[in-house]
Amino acid sequence: MEFEYIYKKPSALTSKANSYCPGCMHSTANKLIAEVLEELDMVGKTIAVFPVGCAVLSADYFLTDMTIAAHGRAPSVACDIKRCRPDKLVFAYQGDGDLSSIGMCETIHTANRGENIAVIFINNAIFGMTGGQMAPTTLVGQASTTGGKSRNPDDVGYPVKMCELINQFKAPKYIARFAMDSVPHIRDAKKGIRKAFELQLNGGGYSFVELISNCSTNWKTTPLQSLEFIREKMIPYYPLGEFRVPEEM
Amino acid sequence: MEGCEAIAEAAVRVGCRFFAGYPITPQTEVPEYMSRRMPEVGGVFLQGESEIAAINMVYGAAATGTYAMTSSSSIGIALKTECISYLAAAHIPAVILNFQRGGPGIGNITASQSDYWQCVKGPGSGGHRCMVFSPSTLQECVDIMGTAFERSQRDRNPVIILLDGCIGNIREAVELPDMRPAPDIDASDWCLSGCEGRSPRQLLPYFRPDPKTCAEQACAMYERWQKEDVLVFEEALADAEVVLTSYGTAGRIVNSCARRLRDTGLRVGIIRPLTLNPFPAASFSGLDPAAVKLVIDVEMTKPAQMAEDVRLALNGRIPVKSLEIPSGVLPTDEDIYEGISAILQGEGIHGI
Repeated sequence: MEFEYIYKKPSALTSKANSYCPGCMHSTANKLIAEVLEELDMVGKTIAVFPVGCAVLSADYFLTDMTIAAHGRAPSVACDIKRCRPDKLVFAYQGDGDLSSIGMCETIHTANRGENIAVIFINNAIFGMTGGQMAPTTLVGQASTTGGKSRNPDDVGYPVKMCELINQFKAPKYIARFAMDSVPHIRDAKKGIRKAFELQLNGGGYSFVELISNCSTNWKTTPLQSLEFIREKMIPYYPLGEFRVPEEM
Repeated sequence: MEGCEAIAEAAVRVGCRFFAGYPITPQTEVPEYMSRRMPEVGGVFLQGESEIAAINMVYGAAATGTYAMTSSSSIGIALKTECISYLAAAHIPAVILNFQRGGPGIGNITASQSDYWQCVKGPGSGGHRCMVFSPSTLQECVDIMGTAFERSQRDRNPVIILLDGCIGNIREAVELPDMRPAPDIDASDWCLSGCEGRSPRQLLPYFRPDPKTCAEQACAMYERWQKEDVLVFEEALADAEVVLTSYGTAGRIVNSCARRLRDTGLRVGIIRPLTLNPFPAASFSGLDPAAVKLVIDVEMTKPAQMAEDVRLALNGRIPVKSLEIPSGVLPTDEDIYEGISAILQGEGIHGI
């Protein structure tokens, strides 16, 4: 009797059991990227740049050439890997503390130059690995270990909307925000990642893909409650959609 | 040629094909030159939005096997040390120029030598070390450039060339190295190029395989440097009763002072390190205490910094005095001659 594969581990991922917290959607985001790399036949032609924070754990699961940048510096590292190796697919994978806090400067200038790389941004509105400190993306009213029981905008301002910020620049080509809370949204996210990578391969330019994700450990919710939090709290503040798409797409 | 331009051109000629920098006096002529020159040789120039971005751009470029360089000055180098530490940890080679200026803080733009500790002892967190070159003349600068890139690639470790605004802005005749072809990055057996047909490569800035092995490998490299890679200029040590030591711009001035002192009948030798790490300790430990009455260390910083390594090398066998020109003050020949003369007088040492 012959069997047909209808689902299997993407060839871009190792067989290691992942060490993300139970219910963390980083693992799904990793898988989406790996599936797209395989579908585009780019596993052997990709150079990945991972950051500091929970997202760095990805380095254990990808079977591509890679490096890890200092906290927040992944776009600067990635853009010059690409400039020196323009024939390779180069992406940076960063969390919200890394990208929108310590790495804000590198993030916006890399976007403004329109570097021909893809930045995948995991926004879970908190510093995860260090244990739940307030991020620039932490919602008003959200608890954190450095912002008290409720983020107070009179004291620390309002959550930063990265897609909207990057959308102020002329050079970026593809800017989109997706969510990791449900199967339809996750399918959309994969399509967005694929558009970003295809754009780069066609010499298109800078793309920014934000994935609204969860952190049930530091949000102090169950994994299912964390997905509800995405739907009820995150998406209303961080609207989903494609902010900018090249005409040819 | 002007110093900054000669140094930049030498880097291009020995294979540098990536430069990222940020404007800061007294080295801005280096990025300006590279912005014109890199496109001519098929290389990449990028002005970073910050010192930090510029060195991280070097990190990315160098990870592809491209010979990559950045340049800055003192406070700019301080910002870069985050990534210098990452370069050392991830075993990514790079060449970093530090045109020292007066400090601490923003200080001033005067040629200075107050970054010895920063570059030689602790260029970033984590206890790693960089090879540090300390040329005095433009000819030495351009001659050292090939060695700097070669050793950085050999060791897969960042290299620092410690300069100052005087060397960067001086005009001297130089014989540049011949133009070499850029290294074939496809031939590299460690760089990131996509894993098609081979196992994935990971350049990771943390302990691989484990902390103990990493520390032992680093120490073995530093010991190898000490045995094989010291560069030093020595003069008239055989019969010296006084030895002058200094590096960089101070070393140039000390050379001329030594000639004047010899005219008084004093037997003066010179030890001028061309590598500060590895430090030419053997040049000092080889001095005969029965013949050498005093070692005078001349530095353009106060308190003196290199003096600590001179004392370690001498291990108390010969007295050491430092002539300390405060950071931010450019000394004249006369300042240094008079300063050395005063030290000699204080020690009761004089010529015939």
